[in-house]
Amino acid sequence: MTLLIQYTLIFASVLLLVALGGCVSEHSGVINLGLEGIMVIGALGGALTMRFMPITVPAFVMVITVMIVAILCGVLYSTLLGVACINFKADQTIIGTALNMLGVAGATVLVKAINTAQDPNNVSSEIEYVTQRNMFVKNIGGFEFNWFMVAAVIALILVHVFLYKTKYGLRLMACGEHPQAADSVGISVYKMRWLGVLMSGALGGLGGICYILAGVSLWKFEVGVAGFGFLSLAVMIFGQWKPRRIALVALLFGFFRALSNVYVGFDFLYNLNIPAGIYNMMPYIVSLVVLALSSKHSHAPKAEGIPYDKGQR
Amino acid sequence: MRKILKNDGVQAFIASILCIILGMLVGYIALLFINPSGAGEAIMDLIKNFFNFNNPAKQIQRFGNTIAKTVPLLMCSLSILFSYKVGLFNIGAAGQYCIGVCASLYAALQWHWGWFPCMLFAIIAGGFAGALVGILKAAFNVNEVISGIMLNWIILYFTNIVLNKVKEVASPYTGYLSEINPKALLPNAGLDKFFNNNQYITIALPIALVVTIAIWVILNKTKLGYELKATGFNSKAAKYCGMAEKRNLILSLIISGALAGLGASLLYQTGYMRWECTAASVPGMGFNGIATAFLGGLSPIGAIFSSYFIQHIADGGAYVDKSMYCSQISDFISSVIIYFCGFVFFIKYVMNTVLAKRDKKDSNANKEGGEN
Repeated sequence: MTLLIQYTLIFASVLLLVALGGCVSEHSGVINLGLEGIMVIGALGGALTMRFMPITVPAFVMVITVMIVAILCGVLYSTLLGVACINFKADQTIIGTALNMLGVAGATVLVKAINTAQDPNNVSSEIEYVTQRNMFVKNIGGFEFNWFMVAAVIALILVHVFLYKTKYGLRLMACGEHPQAADSVGISVYKMRWLGVLMSGALGGLGGICYILAGVSLWKFEVGVAGFGFLSLAVMIFGQWKPRRIALVALLFGFFRALSNVYVGFDFLYNLNIPAGIYNMMPYIVSLVVLALSSKHSHAPKAEGIPYDKGQR
Repeated sequence: MRKILKNDGVQAFIASILCIILGMLVGYIALLFINPSGAGEAIMDLIKNFFNFNNPAKQIQRFGNTIAKTVPLLMCSLSILFSYKVGLFNIGAAGQYCIGVCASLYAALQWHWGWFPCMLFAIIAGGFAGALVGILKAAFNVNEVISGIMLNWIILYFTNIVLNKVKEVASPYTGYLSEINPKALLPNAGLDKFFNNNQYITIALPIALVVTIAIWVILNKTKLGYELKATGFNSKAAKYCGMAEKRNLILSLIISGALAGLGASLLYQTGYMRWECTAASVPGMGFNGIATAFLGGLSPIGAIFSSYFIQHIADGGAYVDKSMYCSQISDFISSVIIYFCGFVFFIKYVMNTVLAKRDKKDSNANKEGGEN
């Protein structure tokens, strides 16, 4: 049971972080379909930091550095989205998809190159971090507490305060609702959209490293992040672009994702003899059903996905 | 000269070539970072693909292998561009392709069907998966990209469960069609003779070409195609004109899914590949279809060339020096190419503004000339 709660919380943290990223970006008017790729790059940055930092450093330093590097990598990668979609008015769907593919391919190429450079016979795309992973978790009576759970809660508070209590947040949301009106009162739409995209990059990168540290102590970069970026977008839609609702939905989705990890531990579930694949499908099926129920009356920002053109004022 | 440059097809061609060059350049720079000594050679290996063999007979046979894999890629590319004409981004093509694999292999290995029913079954399965996305979009307003991705994962696990029943005992792969049910293999119809008896060259090739032309005709010469494109330009205006936009939307995704399913059957029923029942992600074919659709300027005829190009460098990836680089460098390059394809409209815009400026300058010059 503790195991189920533990996995629910950690997967919910991933979904919450990334969904908040998507939420900020969409409020500014840019649909960030590249979150999946941003997660991979964030995870890559974090994993490489863990690999190349001496493991003798204090746990605190390790945790903070890994998080910061993951955030920076996410921010850096999201500039690719910003340049294309904000300044060059490219199609946000194509660019997002390209970033997802580029993230996985780029990470694989880089990790394989590093692995083969060290040992010519090692052609895997894996990075191992057994001891480093332990620095992120605190074992409290069988429950593995993870620092990312704290990070997710902090991110939730920060995003909520930013969006609703600061002038920049309100301006940012105006750019997603009616950019022409926002521009007419002197708000720079491009700047606000850049802010939204970069923040989503930061949160996506952090979510990525959190995901690969969630349950395992080695990661194969060829497999990407298994659609978690898109699951997060589903969480965001069901959460109606409101941070607090997103947090609750993230818990629900996290629960279904956790089930596939721990169902073996429950006798009655195990005895049902359902193939593991069915449990793996669960989060995706749930998200489809949930989307079908909640998309009809969408609370999406009105101008999301439409490149801002000054000439249309 | 300027007249030629104003032609939309010519502009699309120039933009695509530009995307390819930029993609290659970024790939080359990435290789330089990894290991500067072999970067140039590795890029050449990618471009040369089967020309890396000195023996002409071997070359033509490997050329056949690339062709065999271009066929499904072309189908996926058609699938993407067909739905894109209606304004839908069918990223679910990857899953629709996957369910096509599932249907054709299960029918062939479990029920021992002939090749044609297997192929039909794959088409129906793909179309059904496409219809799901379409219905979710039309009736529930679910973003087709997100529902498509969710279905991709659901279909992947479903395929693994189903094909697990027909897999070999000792390996995670499904059994050989040629041993269990040769009837399900697509007939060669003598085409293999042109490729040094490459057994994987089958009637899949002519089928693909006929389908491509059919899609071109549907899009450009029929009422349905006109309605689909009109819906894509402005769905509200289309509805106002009395077009059933919801029906068109679902129909286009059914056709789109059917194309992806057909693509799967055209590859797996040649016996070229077997399904691995422990697969951790859907085949990349559907995603590469996105690259080829946009690289081909969203035209079915352009897709033939772009599919061949992308498959050519993907196969070329197998020849790079493995002691320095990995074969995924070709995936890397094709994803960079898609990224640049996002700029195509911008490139065309720049071309048009430059041309318009020149025209203006000329007409001004003519006026001045007339006055003198």
